[in-house]
Amino acid sequence: MTASGQPEPGMRESASFDRNVIHEIQRAARTGVYDIRGFGAKRHLPHFDDLVFLGASMSRYPLEGYRERCDCDVTLGTRFATNPIKIEIPITIAGMSFGALSGPAKEALGRGATAAGTSTTTGDGGMTQEERGHSEKLVYQILPSRYGMNPDDLRKADAIEVVLGQGAKPGGGGMLMGQKISDRVAEMRTLPRNIDQRSACRHPDWTGPDDLAIKIIELREITDWKVPVYIKIGATRTYYDVKLAVKAGADVVVLDGMQGGTGATQEVFIEHVGIPTMPALRQAVQALKEMDMHRKVQLIVSGGIRTGADVAKALAMGADAVSIGVAALVALGDNSPAHQSDYEKLGSGAGYYDDWHEGRCPAGISTQDEELANRLDPELGGRRLANYLRVLAVECQTIARACGKSHVHNLEPEDLVALTVESAAMAGVPLAGTNWVPGSGHGE
Amino acid sequence: MSADSVRALNQRLHDLTEASADSTWRIAQPRGAHAIACGMRVAADIVIDGHAGYYCAGMNQLARITVNGNVGVGVAENMMSGVVRVKGQASQSAGATAHGGLLVIEGDAAARCGISLKGGNIVVGGSAGHMTGFLSQAGNIVICGDAREALGDSLYETHIYVRGRAEGLGADCMEKDLRDEHREDLAGLLEQAEIDADPATFRRYGSARTLYTYKADNAEVAAQ
Repeated sequence: MTASGQPEPGMRESASFDRNVIHEIQRAARTGVYDIRGFGAKRHLPHFDDLVFLGASMSRYPLEGYRERCDCDVTLGTRFATNPIKIEIPITIAGMSFGALSGPAKEALGRGATAAGTSTTTGDGGMTQEERGHSEKLVYQILPSRYGMNPDDLRKADAIEVVLGQGAKPGGGGMLMGQKISDRVAEMRTLPRNIDQRSACRHPDWTGPDDLAIKIIELREITDWKVPVYIKIGATRTYYDVKLAVKAGADVVVLDGMQGGTGATQEVFIEHVGIPTMPALRQAVQALKEMDMHRKVQLIVSGGIRTGADVAKALAMGADAVSIGVAALVALGDNSPAHQSDYEKLGSGAGYYDDWHEGRCPAGISTQDEELANRLDPELGGRRLANYLRVLAVECQTIARACGKSHVHNLEPEDLVALTVESAAMAGVPLAGTNWVPGSGHGE
Repeated sequence: MSADSVRALNQRLHDLTEASADSTWRIAQPRGAHAIACGMRVAADIVIDGHAGYYCAGMNQLARITVNGNVGVGVAENMMSGVVRVKGQASQSAGATAHGGLLVIEGDAAARCGISLKGGNIVVGGSAGHMTGFLSQAGNIVICGDAREALGDSLYETHIYVRGRAEGLGADCMEKDLRDEHREDLAGLLEQAEIDADPATFRRYGSARTLYTYKADNAEVAAQ
């Protein structure tokens, strides 16, 4: 190697066996354990970065950036529920469990979401007082494990989300390693302390969409048809899954793409199962339109949402709202340079840390260690999250106004073009500078 | 019973208060409707005269519910407390994820009875289908007849008692000693279930606990 750390001329790294691949083979040979980590897919995937907006010019009127009205409120659950959820911004907080996250982190998510006028979501393990107490609008997840599932909590919820899968691991169940199973987590989940807890991947009391339709009726009966019922799917056979979710009676479909995060999953699962958010979204919208249910059953999309541009692109493609998980944790303080020395002690660094399953999070977010958890001030974390959510909303409005839209839902595919052939095919919009949309049909 | 009448019935039941709960409700001609008497929160007595569909008595709290007939999938799923008694047969996932209460099935139970059980008690007067007790975590499952294959697969801490033959045990399920304290627990459950059976004639199954942590061959440790 040269003094600057660059390889000498003639030292050629293999594209197939690069340093990361070699490191993983050596790690696997040494330990005999597959790699488990948090975060989402890290490899390059076709994404919203490959799309750009056509701002207004001669043929379109823009709106004044800071003066003219551009609404971004969303109502979710208008199909069957007596009390749909009304949120002020088109961005919600995705389901993340107490167990994967600390109590202060859950509280901070609730505080931030409430301050920004949106909803947050429980996760595997049930509802905690921290999040119910600080979340004005809380979505209660019903997962295959049913850990902590309680009808009293169900009736406290503002919406119910039946989780079939998540983008990081469609077809897989949750995972919470023994070092994060504190007394409180163990009690909430009715499990022994310190075991490696692997949640079920199938629901225990229904199989298939016809059963699910009946299950949803039961949930509606128990809650007297008051609150919306969401169905969350990991992005795989999205076109068909969305149609089946609608048939099963969903008020809202939550679609989580491959870039979606997780508290802990096998690396091989995160990087190699599921499809990216962008093509999944196009398939979902197509399925809804074919059923004449677009905008009647609302669509929330998640997986790799980072900026207001991502939000605007998702809405332009037909989503009603987006959901964020990883980005929300980063806003709270995850991977902050303030903890660089602690990350280095863990063999990582700020911007790289993904061992959320180990429970040693220096930021106090993905841990059950009380000392570490106390590092996170939930009030400050909540303010950071609220700030970030407001920035996302304003960025989205900025783009919408530039495209001449008085509501962010008026953004449409016609406002978008693609920078690559693959993204044009996946998103179903023309390649920039052409009127060519590669591919045809719904591509299911 | 139509869907509309299930809604009206459940609303009347949900509107019961502690003060008005001390009453007996008789539901005639259920016609296999789904979600009958689910989400109960008070200690009412409810008798269903006929067959019920899916999720009968789902998430029950406190109520005493008797079905004079058969039930569909997921009877008393996620029950928290109370007593649910099925005079006939029960379909799949009976008592799934129940945290508390007692489910009595006087006939047979189909597959996955007591799946992911979290502390409730289930007594089956007849036999139970395959994968009974799958992933179950706490509580007791008593089977007075036979158990089909893969009993107690991926079991955590639920106690399973079988009087007849267990066709096969699932992953991490093993037969364990039936000690005095187990016979005592079993006698209590049978008494509550009003089933006449000698506790000494049962065998006990529980978790071998070999799947609680991931085991791997750590080459570095082995070499040291």
